[in-house]
Amino acid sequence: MATDTKAQDSGAVQSAASPDAGSMRFSPAYAWYIIRRWPLIPGIIMVMLVVAGVFADQLAPYDEIEQDIRFRNAPPRIFGSNPEYWSTQDYSQAMFRAPGSEGKDPGNRFLLGGDHVGRDVLSRVIHGARISLVVTSVALFSGLILGVTIGVVSGYYGGIVDEFLMRMVDVWYAVPFLLLAMVAVIIFEASLNLIIFLLILLAWSGYVRNLRGEVLSLKQREFVAAARVAGASTFRIIFRHLLPGLVNTIFVIASLRVGQLILAEASLSFIGAGIPAPTPAWGVLIAEGREYVEQAWWQTVFPGTAIFLVVLAFNFLGDWVRDRLDPRLRQLD
Amino acid sequence: MRKFLIRRFLAGILSVLAATAIVFGLSRAAGDPLLLYAKPGGYGVTPEQEQALKEKLRLDRPLVIQYLLWVTDLLQGDFGRTLLAEQLVTKVVGEKMGATVQLAVAAWVLATIMGVPLGVLSAVLRGSIWDYMGRAYALVGQSLPTFWLGLMLILIFNKRLDWLPFGTRGTAEAFFFSWENLRYFVMPSFAIAWGAAAVYLRLTRSAMLEVLDSEFVKLARSKGVGQNKIIWKHAFRNALIPPLTVSSLMMAGLITGSVVIEAVFSWPGLGRLAIQAVQDNDFPILTATVLFFATVFVTVNFVTDVLYAVIDPRIRY
Repeated sequence: MATDTKAQDSGAVQSAASPDAGSMRFSPAYAWYIIRRWPLIPGIIMVMLVVAGVFADQLAPYDEIEQDIRFRNAPPRIFGSNPEYWSTQDYSQAMFRAPGSEGKDPGNRFLLGGDHVGRDVLSRVIHGARISLVVTSVALFSGLILGVTIGVVSGYYGGIVDEFLMRMVDVWYAVPFLLLAMVAVIIFEASLNLIIFLLILLAWSGYVRNLRGEVLSLKQREFVAAARVAGASTFRIIFRHLLPGLVNTIFVIASLRVGQLILAEASLSFIGAGIPAPTPAWGVLIAEGREYVEQAWWQTVFPGTAIFLVVLAFNFLGDWVRDRLDPRLRQLD
Repeated sequence: MRKFLIRRFLAGILSVLAATAIVFGLSRAAGDPLLLYAKPGGYGVTPEQEQALKEKLRLDRPLVIQYLLWVTDLLQGDFGRTLLAEQLVTKVVGEKMGATVQLAVAAWVLATIMGVPLGVLSAVLRGSIWDYMGRAYALVGQSLPTFWLGLMLILIFNKRLDWLPFGTRGTAEAFFFSWENLRYFVMPSFAIAWGAAAVYLRLTRSAMLEVLDSEFVKLARSKGVGQNKIIWKHAFRNALIPPLTVSSLMMAGLITGSVVIEAVFSWPGLGRLAIQAVQDNDFPILTATVLFFATVFVTVNFVTDVLYAVIDPRIRY
């Protein structure tokens, strides 16, 4: 009996949370309903990411590379101007004063504080958004094309081709990716192109097995046989008849993959196998701030929060897209 | 079934060989390992000595032959010696392996304790505040960068509160399960377990929901079986299959994924050893660690397949 009432309770909660739109237009319950039904907050975070990435030069209050030693480890201005800080940091008062500024308190210039060489953390985080955006989107789409091609070819042709490609995937899963990335960085020197390439290597494998399975079942269906009887070429069958049926799966896997790619990029940059140092990738910022985590926590906390929020938004959206498009894929991770 | 297992076994060996071959080849492309000792033509290095070193390290042979010789030695139990310290690779890797495996086991236990009960709670009280909190955690758990979480733990619990130490694995003299020793495990294992627990939670929750909706649970309900008994005896045991099978894969992931977190916590394990080996281009260590990681991964995959068939008799390959 207890379970029955519980079931009714949860049913009641659900029906209360989905009121009919007309009567409750501006009530808090309706707002809550919208927030639950549509990914508003993740959407806002994503828009912020894209805007920050595209307009980084216009938005960043200071240069992201230029150093100003007076603001070395300067605390964030959002916590007040904190005059005691300047009296405790003797070197910032005397030795490294810019000529002509003697006797003037430089104040805290940076909203989110300065890093260990006096760069603006906020500007660096904003520019980091651009790096994340470029790296992840290029890697995501290239990996998608590669993975989908391999999956579809493997499923459609079967036989020796299938066997070879699937063994390739197996091998790829057994290679410790981080070590491979580190060796690659030593050989080819860290650069933006290299990390994009490495992330493509990471991105493609997720599609292959699922798409292969789907193609295997789709190609048995009558419409494919009919297309073949009607004289359609293999190319046409794949693009006109198979791919439209795979779009949902591809989209779901891709949207669940974005967060992982951002995290992977940050981890690679953190261990020094990613974006080379002066470029403000979020992982680089955290790696640089690591030694100063005690004196200047803002160097690590703010970029880390940025990674967290963006990945959270993408993961949330990924779940939402999956539930919307294809609840069968619930087991996908 | 047997045919399937044999095929998987052979494919697994192939995977390990290919993985080591890739890294072996790449590490030779990363510049001359002899640079560790001396620059060619540098002070005190005669061409004869250089030649002798090359021959000793087999660098004068073609890459394929080098790799094949390495595999032959391996089959005879000879992993070679490290370049820099000239120690036995088995000894160096063996020492560090323990630390990595211990950390992975600690994280794995923690993740199971955190994730599975939360998943059950979340499924049983579906739609309640607990469910929302569980699902929120599932999202947050997978979105926090592990290395950043580790850093924040250090900032809060070591630098600010000074509760927990880090930087080594604990003292060798102390009893292993003493607090003296275990406190070194708390932060790193929690940082790793955080994400893994979220995966467990998701899996347990969805499996539990599915089972609670099944015919045999409905039958048990209609017979008047108590709620506790339904949850723990009828539902939980059957819902355990996905988390259980994933748990072995998870263990492998925790071991191979240790590289980053070991760097954060200065944990004296394989990950740090591997990073050092990459920087020194000490290829015997590097290939041995890759061999270890790949073997763990492939073995665990194989065991998972077997386990799956044993636990769930419906599965036939």
